[in-house]
Amino acid sequence: MSNETLLSVKNLEVMFNTPKGDVHAVRGVSFDLGRERLGIVGESGSGKSQTGRAILGLTAANGKITADQLKFHDVDLANLTPKQWRKVRGARISMIMQDPKYSLNPVMTIGDQIIEAYREHHKVNAKEARHRAIDMLDAVKIRDPERVFNSYPHEVSGGMGQRVMIAMMLIPDPELIIADEPTSALDVTVQLQVMAILDDLVRDRGMALIFISHDLHLVSSFCDRVLVMYQGLVVEEIKASALHEAKHPYTKGLLNCLPKMDGDHSDLPILEREASWAEG
Amino acid sequence: MSAVKRNKRDGRNRARFASGPTATVLRLVFSLAITFFGLLLVTFLIGRVLPIDPVLAAVGDRAPQAVYDRVREEMGLNLPLWQQFFIYISNVLQGNFGQSVLTSNSVLDDIKRVFPATLELATLATIIGVFLGIPAGVFAAINKGKWPDHVVRVIGLAGYSMPIFWLGLMGLLVFYMKLDWVAGPGRLDSFYADFIEPTTGLMLIDTLIEGDMDLFWNAVSHIVLPASILAYFSLAYIARMTRSFMLEQLSQEYILTARVKGISEHRIIWRHALGNVMVPLVTVIALSYANLLEGSVLTEIIFAWPGLGLYITNSLLNADMNAVLGGTIVVGAVFIGVNMLSDVLYRLLDPRARR
Repeated sequence: MSNETLLSVKNLEVMFNTPKGDVHAVRGVSFDLGRERLGIVGESGSGKSQTGRAILGLTAANGKITADQLKFHDVDLANLTPKQWRKVRGARISMIMQDPKYSLNPVMTIGDQIIEAYREHHKVNAKEARHRAIDMLDAVKIRDPERVFNSYPHEVSGGMGQRVMIAMMLIPDPELIIADEPTSALDVTVQLQVMAILDDLVRDRGMALIFISHDLHLVSSFCDRVLVMYQGLVVEEIKASALHEAKHPYTKGLLNCLPKMDGDHSDLPILEREASWAEG
Repeated sequence: MSAVKRNKRDGRNRARFASGPTATVLRLVFSLAITFFGLLLVTFLIGRVLPIDPVLAAVGDRAPQAVYDRVREEMGLNLPLWQQFFIYISNVLQGNFGQSVLTSNSVLDDIKRVFPATLELATLATIIGVFLGIPAGVFAAINKGKWPDHVVRVIGLAGYSMPIFWLGLMGLLVFYMKLDWVAGPGRLDSFYADFIEPTTGLMLIDTLIEGDMDLFWNAVSHIVLPASILAYFSLAYIARMTRSFMLEQLSQEYILTARVKGISEHRIIWRHALGNVMVPLVTVIALSYANLLEGSVLTEIIFAWPGLGLYITNSLLNADMNAVLGGTIVVGAVFIGVNMLSDVLYRLLDPRARR
């Protein structure tokens, strides 16, 4: 992995203004990302997805992002106009969404949606774009790319839909991919297949990956480095290969929850949370 | 709702019919026939149940009993009910709705004369309502809670709550009497009235066929006010529904996906979101169109518009049962037709509803 810094996040905060009062979703997250694969792990509500969305400037309208630094190469992501954002999104940073059932437009063909992603950032004619899209469907190991190209999202399975999603987000050739729970909506049997396809493409094309998941095991097998988040804070940053050396009790607790083949199965370990972890 | 039901039925029929366009058309015809049969049965029964004596309406209340009995027999009213229904159906299928007592024309001729007037007005009103209502609704949705949203809501609310006869009279007062921007009641100036031979019955099209631009602009000047007033109501309804469908779609995940791709906000709204909004909106527009096609009685009275609503109302007030039943069948048939059309459009717009 090269050491140049792609993305630099310092003290990122995301705050939501809701009728029930302010919700502090992300509280001072900092990390630097090179051309590597970074995992962000945490339970629901830990702020991991909001961190990913904040990087793309896609926090909901009632949310407010502040950061000491939010830089992608030399682009200051904290102060972009909508027009400048459109040059970053898709083209340089892209995001793979969770559930293809909801994240693909139901009334547009898969081909049209992929072509749209490509032509937004590359000036090519319709024929060339179609050719590219079919190649890309082939690259995500779809056996019959022509048929899928002309299909609508409801006509393909979840695993296929997620490959389409990967194809659509990778086709403009971005430098950074944020994968937000990319396999959580899939059957366990296809999860690894889809992950492997994504992993292959990310390595081949030398992209950086931020893999957001609640599945510590999955993250550790596909990432170089892991951030563990709890209640909007990063409680531990650790190399994926050194996970067993984790120091923070929350990480240890999560690791304990993974079933072991040879372990004692009589008790299901319960994660005991302590209030002090949530204090920054 | 109806699309869901239809899908179920399709599923069952697939075993019986081969698939393909022929089967689809056959199924359509079959379901049309059933619906139309139901419509005829209901109108027939209503006609027989209503406490209006068609014989009395024809002979008057001073006719001697012998004349009354003879006419009753001529009308076939002494036959058993099922036989009467049978005759009624075969008559209707031959386009024979009987004679109107009021106009002493055949009801079919009367309807041929009045329906195009309503069709023209309703179509123009719906076109205006769609082309202004949808953008207004979209505009309100993307500015939710800000002033454009409030403006559209106030306009819509006013459209709902103002009585149409008041609005019509005010319109005539201001734009016809005071400003003289538009022509008054009727479909043409009385000076022109006999110049035009009805081909389609639609004044705007007939005058164009004749190639007489003076007549055409005169017809435009007559239709523009009543059409705008009807359009205002359909606009208010369409804008309101568009706004709420749009807000629902804009919160969907696929919109976020489109933003991630870096697509312009313009394209996200008009291509991605509106493509999905159009699916339920087609039904809304169709229903509002069908409502206008029934003939808007008050508007037709105020603007002396010789349309279907006026015709049916007059017939009803004069106990002209043949005309009322004939008119009811036309209204019913129009409803069935518009519903069919919206079903077809629904399938075109939503790939999930196709087979």
